Amino acid sequence: MSGIPHDHYEPKTGIEKWLHERLPVVGLLYDTLMIPTPKNLNWMWIWGIVLAFTLVLQIATGVVLAMHYTPDIDLAFASVEKIMRNVNGGYMLRYVHQNGASLFFVAVYAHIFRGLYYGSYKAPREVTWIIGMLIYLMMMATAFMGYVLPWGQMSLHGTAVITGLFGAVPGIGEALQTWILGAGAVGGPALSRFFSLHYLLPFVIAALVIVHIWAFHTTGNGNPTGVEVRRGSKAEAEKDTVPFWPYFVMKDLFALGVILTVFWAVVGFMPNYLGDPVNYVEGDPLKTPAHIVPEWYFLPFYAILRAFTADVWAVQFVSFVTGGIIGAKFFGVLAMFGSIVVIVLAPWLDTSSVRSGRYRPMFKWWFFVLVVDFVVLTWVGARPTYAPYDSIALIASTYWFAYFLIILPLLGVIEKPDPMPATIEDDFNAHYGKSDTAAE
Amino acid sequence: MIKKFVISAALTLSLVATGAMAEEDGGEEEVLEDYVEDLDFSFEGPFGTFDQNQLQRGLQVFTAVCSACHGTKFLYFRNLSDEGGPNLPEDQTRAYAEQYEVYDPELRDYRQATPADRFPENTAAGAPDLTLMAKARAGFEGPYGLGLNQLFRGMGGAEYIAAFLKGYTGEEEEVAGSVLYQNTAFPGGWTSMPPPLWGEDVEFADGSPNTIAAESEDVAAYLMWTAEPKLMARKQAGFLGVFFLTILTVLLYLTNKRIWAPIKGKKKA
Repeated sequence: MSGIPHDHYEPKTGIEKWLHERLPVVGLLYDTLMIPTPKNLNWMWIWGIVLAFTLVLQIATGVVLAMHYTPDIDLAFASVEKIMRNVNGGYMLRYVHQNGASLFFVAVYAHIFRGLYYGSYKAPREVTWIIGMLIYLMMMATAFMGYVLPWGQMSLHGTAVITGLFGAVPGIGEALQTWILGAGAVGGPALSRFFSLHYLLPFVIAALVIVHIWAFHTTGNGNPTGVEVRRGSKAEAEKDTVPFWPYFVMKDLFALGVILTVFWAVVGFMPNYLGDPVNYVEGDPLKTPAHIVPEWYFLPFYAILRAFTADVWAVQFVSFVTGGIIGAKFFGVLAMFGSIVVIVLAPWLDTSSVRSGRYRPMFKWWFFVLVVDFVVLTWVGARPTYAPYDSIALIASTYWFAYFLIILPLLGVIEKPDPMPATIEDDFNAHYGKSDTAAE
Repeated sequence: MIKKFVISAALTLSLVATGAMAEEDGGEEEVLEDYVEDLDFSFEGPFGTFDQNQLQRGLQVFTAVCSACHGTKFLYFRNLSDEGGPNLPEDQTRAYAEQYEVYDPELRDYRQATPADRFPENTAAGAPDLTLMAKARAGFEGPYGLGLNQLFRGMGGAEYIAAFLKGYTGEEEEVAGSVLYQNTAFPGGWTSMPPPLWGEDVEFADGSPNTIAAESEDVAAYLMWTAEPKLMARKQAGFLGVFFLTILTVLLYLTNKRIWAPIKGKKKA
């Protein structure tokens, strides 16, 4: 499958040959597992395995939770409490699933920012990048719909706010929102359809994950230097790579062990730390909570949504030009979706010929500011909208767009890259020396 | 190099400026931490457990005072005999349940409750259900919404309940025909719930103090238990999981190191 030359599966015994002629599934697994992997991958390359594991964890716990859950507005909240109180081990299942969503997003943000720093999105890996962003969008949809299911106050009113975004689309907004909710407001129809889709989408994600892996197994993994594996011959490729099994499987499993230990401590000792207490109040359409705040992993984009208010000149300008069709609310919605679209477009916005941020002296700093910017957006997304938080949100949101639309294209032109190692082997040998005695 | 310096300087300045702006505005904001005192409940921390005697006292306060207006509709009477809960003997739980009447849909009538029933819902005075109240409120959130206080003090739901019960100032005001009572812990400062505790509302069999403060803390601990009856089992599962995962992780570390040793050789830098 990979373009990097390596040994392929050869059936040896009679039964292996028999099966291989009919269905080469063992060969597929062998080639997938034995893919030559750049030996200089650092610890930021572990998140893929963490994400794959988390997807399985969420599906496994979710399937069992669904056996005990009732998607009915009068019974949903009580059925979750039944899981917490009467189902054997139900409190762990539920807390693992609930905090599993947070683990999922911690890992996906680390994974995305890894890609942004090391230029993983650049040719020839654009398709891997786009599929990855599709997975991320699906994850957000799944997490959002899953949050509705406990039918707490924030489930209900958060959903009203977020689906209200579709209501901001000029002309068809109201009809669109009604179509999504199945009614004029968040209620029974919305709960049942979100439950159904919350069960469906993870399997769509699983399918996309396979395509994501397929895509980067075709191009080969990226690596911290951004220098490609030499492909002239098998011997040459072997100087730059080691097989995924056992080297990176063991490394990834160790990293997963560390992360799961922390995760389990959160689930066992502070499972409600990341959640909003208000969601332990049963949903009541007549009482709106004082502050409607989404879960932490949506906050950066929620901050961008709220940042562009009617007193921002850019909003006024766009409103004037479009004759009021794009008002402040719709502008915010466009900004929120736009903030994700610019990530998708990164392969074409980044004009630098150097892939890895390691050899880009100016890029490094702008990237560092972007990471800080993301943290600030996460924080300010949960703060009130008055001064000084409104200005902080506006500055941080502006930087987000400036990074992708102005800084990335410009840097490629004005930046003088640092010298790079010629091969992955050189980079690896700069850090590690072969032991004097031959390996056993 | 100069460029690096300029950027980092600009960044530092903007962070400082942000901090200063936030400082200026701090006065306008309601800060929960100002009103909610951090109490040292026995169930807090990774190894915290419920104090069985405190839960029994809390149950007594709840039964004598709170249950007049509030229900705990997700709690079963049989839970009162749970280990790690109030741990009442089964005959006492049965006798306790018999004080209540529950609606039986099969009889289409009310009957005496048994341990298999749930506490009845009580919406008499429009009062909220209390089963989950200790998880539905957070006593801490700051500073500046960073959540650090919750990391060290816990979510503070029980602390909030205790602070609320102790927070009445005695001031009253009439708004649109209903009386509001001033309470320092309540968001907005005025609540429609009259002061429930006056001190010596109950006599504790174990001779524990029955001041407003003591009763408030006991009933707050009890409500933490009604909200999370599996708290102790959860922490135990957490401890076991962390213990075994740590061992597994150490073994994986050693395996990984061994596997890579021939590839890496000696580390240079």
